[in-house]
Amino acid sequence: MAKDALMDYDKALELFEPVLGFEVHVELNTKTKMFSHAPNDFGSDANTNVTPVCLGLPGALPVVNEQAVRYSISLGLALGCSIAPSSRFARKNYFYPDLAKNYQISQYDEPIAFGGSVDVELPNGRQVTVPIERAHMEEDAGKLTHVGGSTGRIQGAEYSLVDYNRAGVPLVEIVTDIIYGAESDAPELAKAYVATIRDIVVSLGISDARMERGNLRCDANISLRPRTPEGQPSAPLGTRTETKNVNSLRSVERAIRYEIQRQAAILADGGTITQETRHWHEDTGRTSAGRPKSDADDYRYFPEPDLLPVQPSAELIEELRAALPEPPAERRRRLKAEWGFTDLEFQDVVNGGLLVEITETVAAGATPAAARKWWTGEISRIANVNGVEASSLVSPENVAAVAALVEAGSLNDKLARQVLEGVIAGEGTPQEVVDARGLAVVSDDGALIAAIDEALASQPDVLAKIRDGKVQAAGAVIGAVMKAMRGQADAARVRELVLERAAG
Amino acid sequence: MSDIIRLTAAGLAEKLQNREISAVEATQAHLDRIHAVDSDVHAFLHVSDSALDAARRIDERRTAGEELGPLAGVPLAVKDVLVTTDMPSTSGSRILEGYMSPFDATVVKKAREAGLIPIGKTNMDEFAMGSSTEHSAYGPTRNPWDLGRIPGGSGGGSAAAVAAFEAPLALGSDTGGSIRQPAHVTGTVGVKPTYGAVSRYGAIALASSLDQVGPVTRTVLDAGLLQDVIGGHDPFDSTSLTDAWPSMAAAAREGARGDVLKGLKVGVVKELSGEGFQAGVQTRFDETVALLQKQGAEVVEVSAPHFEYAVSAYYLILPAEASSNLAKFDSVRFGMRVQPDGGGTVEQVMAATREFGFGPEVKRRIILGTYALSAGYYDAYYGSAQKVRTLIQRDFDAAFAQVDVLVSPSAPTTAFKFGEKLEDPMAMYLNDVATIPANLAGVPGISVPIGLAPEDGLPVGIQIMAPVREDARLYRVGAAIEALLEAQWGHTLISKAPALGGK
Amino acid sequence: MSEISEEQVAHLANLARIALTPQEISSLTTELDQIVDSIAKVQQVATPDVPATSHPVPLSNVFRPDVIGETLTIEQALRNAPEHDDNRFRVSAILGEEQ
Ligand SMILES: [Mg+2]
Ligand SMILES: [Zn+2]
Repeated sequence: MAKDALMDYDKALELFEPVLGFEVHVELNTKTKMFSHAPNDFGSDANTNVTPVCLGLPGALPVVNEQAVRYSISLGLALGCSIAPSSRFARKNYFYPDLAKNYQISQYDEPIAFGGSVDVELPNGRQVTVPIERAHMEEDAGKLTHVGGSTGRIQGAEYSLVDYNRAGVPLVEIVTDIIYGAESDAPELAKAYVATIRDIVVSLGISDARMERGNLRCDANISLRPRTPEGQPSAPLGTRTETKNVNSLRSVERAIRYEIQRQAAILADGGTITQETRHWHEDTGRTSAGRPKSDADDYRYFPEPDLLPVQPSAELIEELRAALPEPPAERRRRLKAEWGFTDLEFQDVVNGGLLVEITETVAAGATPAAARKWWTGEISRIANVNGVEASSLVSPENVAAVAALVEAGSLNDKLARQVLEGVIAGEGTPQEVVDARGLAVVSDDGALIAAIDEALASQPDVLAKIRDGKVQAAGAVIGAVMKAMRGQADAARVRELVLERAAG
Repeated sequence: MSDIIRLTAAGLAEKLQNREISAVEATQAHLDRIHAVDSDVHAFLHVSDSALDAARRIDERRTAGEELGPLAGVPLAVKDVLVTTDMPSTSGSRILEGYMSPFDATVVKKAREAGLIPIGKTNMDEFAMGSSTEHSAYGPTRNPWDLGRIPGGSGGGSAAAVAAFEAPLALGSDTGGSIRQPAHVTGTVGVKPTYGAVSRYGAIALASSLDQVGPVTRTVLDAGLLQDVIGGHDPFDSTSLTDAWPSMAAAAREGARGDVLKGLKVGVVKELSGEGFQAGVQTRFDETVALLQKQGAEVVEVSAPHFEYAVSAYYLILPAEASSNLAKFDSVRFGMRVQPDGGGTVEQVMAATREFGFGPEVKRRIILGTYALSAGYYDAYYGSAQKVRTLIQRDFDAAFAQVDVLVSPSAPTTAFKFGEKLEDPMAMYLNDVATIPANLAGVPGISVPIGLAPEDGLPVGIQIMAPVREDARLYRVGAAIEALLEAQWGHTLISKAPALGGK
Repeated sequence: MSEISEEQVAHLANLARIALTPQEISSLTTELDQIVDSIAKVQQVATPDVPATSHPVPLSNVFRPDVIGETLTIEQALRNAPEHDDNRFRVSAILGEEQ
């Protein structure tokens, strides 16, 4: 794969205005699939969670999952959308082996929700309202595994294997209107938008929203338009690309930045952008050309004759509206106040996409300060090193358990970090790691006093200084004692005891 | 024993209940008949090897004193469009040769639960596309009245099976006339119920918004008995109606007693006569209408001005839906797989499989449907056809505001000879001119035999149509006509069918 | 007269994944042209004021409760498969990409 030429980001922004659009697919966490009573659980053995409907067997017919409709309405309402008094399903026809019927049941000209907006807060404190065109219901496809060729890629594979467990999992696709004015914040806006959608669906309880598991998937559309001098009409919209396979918050940000730099380099060079899908590669941090748009994209949509219109009553819509959780912007304001974070501290949490994690950690018993400290600190650091989402590393319950051990004085910070490391490595719960690694602080004063007395005896000059009132000299003794305890002691308690023993 | 096969389903059921005949005897008699005549008729694609076991179980249950349904122990032929767990289901296509469904179609399940004995799968035009059964990948079925002629289609196998006394009852499916037109040309009774009255789950879809499963029998009462078994709500079919239906058999019995024709308002559809309608078909139809009038029915001519657009709308909607419904036959999960020369990508394998596995009529309609739905043509074709559908529904509404039932000949001609229309798709499509409007509007229709055309001695049927949900009315009126004519003739029409294989 | 070309039929065949032979393309072009000519008359009465009907008997809100039901056994799922590897359906290499 030849390396793309990239323009310097700031320079690209000087010459071009980025124009964005997103399609986010949210997998709903219903018990069963969208149109079949098969379990909505695709982690099982291949092709075990399937019915004749999932396999598109001759004679099978779809029936709509009522819960999926309710969830879709709730999501539409949370996105500030209107709920269509009548919406219907359509068939999107195209042949692909992961699509059992060779058509996807989706919604086309009559989506269940339309015309909303989402308020998004950027790391620099800027507020952006993202316009939502529509949210519609559809079904997921099966999963392909490519065998032979290079590392599971489709190119060069000898053959492919199909598992239809995921086929028919309910999806809501959220489509934004064209987003103007993101300017140099485009990458951050992209990330913040997806994080906000994630917050919304999690707070609604309608999706597990694990990006790394594909519960939440983002296709990012981006085009550049040349800037025109002040007072002149703006240039027409540029050709857009659609970047797929972006499955983490940080990838969303990186992919947008990359596409801006790539497209700018081409345009500045007098080239043209091809309208195509592009694939994001997490490992190289680049996008590569996928399928160009062609007349093979004639999906021949028509109303799904096996299904009937969805016409939610006003009562149902109001019932679901009344049950909505507070909107993310309001929720953020409330949490910031409740947690007592400074602007900077709270921004850190939001930027890290850690609101959900901290909320759940606090709910599990940790103080807000401790929850913030662990999530934005050590856990985020490990996540960054490994290029994964912090949320995928450890559960909020386990973080709260670590915080509780520190609170109780059983662990100091250094030990707590080791415990977290163990939990992340899959060694068990914090208590199990503590037990297995023998990491508890020495809280037995007797053992500490023996070590202190020994240290004081071997450093008579220090002892003299302390007795002279030069308290800071105690540091040397404390260091020696901590070393003797192999770090497993509470430094504050050691200091107290050193001063006590020195005073004699 | 041979008189077992001549019994109506109702008559056989009575003898089964009285234990004059066992289910095993009834089943064996029909299997023997199939053995004797089906090499000539070719109504069956597959004959069950578990039918006798099923019959034995019914006999055991009856002996044990169990309360069984009214049709328990009666053999049933099943159109191959319906999936079955104990027999292959091919829908008349090579692409599904040997396909074994893991589930029974709801109608088959209901039939088994009611104690009926599925004895085989009947031949049909491939994927139910056709009006002659000549488009079956497994060779045509022959009309028992004249083995040189077509038995109608797509359900020629089911109609021929009952006409040839190979089964007293059969299941069919009717998308544009595939139950009623074969009934017309074979001198049998066929009913297309109200759309949604009978489950489509397990019927291999042709055009989802038009398809309806229904009974194929020799008498109106038998059809009513069968619809009572297969009808009713099915949660696996979203388009299935939740109505509580009256007994169709009771309606048929009521009709056969007589006076239902008195004061009945009968509309003769003006547009379904004249040009294109064979003289002898028209004659028998006119005589029947006159007979109705004589019995006190008020006959009026009714105009349905948009029926002239019905065939056109139908040949847009059907291929469009079919092109999508048949996309699942791609060689990935089931069905035939054809490897192109020198291997190939999955795209090429799919295309080679579909090229080899589908017959010419199926390909023609898939391409036509793909065209009607494709970008830039949707509004002109598919969209316009759906509007015509609205206009046809309005014609029906207007007509049923004036009359109780509408009548027409069930098809424009009697059975034609093999090959006569094979090369001219439009001529073939016009066979369904009388039956298509009911499918577009969802209304129920029945075809009842009304005699033989004078010029060729072949059967003619009358089609009766009623408003949506008024299926019982068809049975009442159909049974009345049947009883009147049989009284007039002194015999049933089917009893005049020529002997087959010397029997 | 409608104007269906052989290129168009070839394109439709590609969309419909049918490897038509050149002879089939040629004869289908003629037939389709005739058929489309005779069915295009639906446009005469399909005026803008007429609503489209997609279901013959109108119904709405037909739903299923979110309750798990019976699934196929792996034997049932794979029974009719032309080819499979363990639990998965096997297909030849894929040329195109996911949609
Ligand atoms: Mg998309
Ligand atoms: Zn989608």
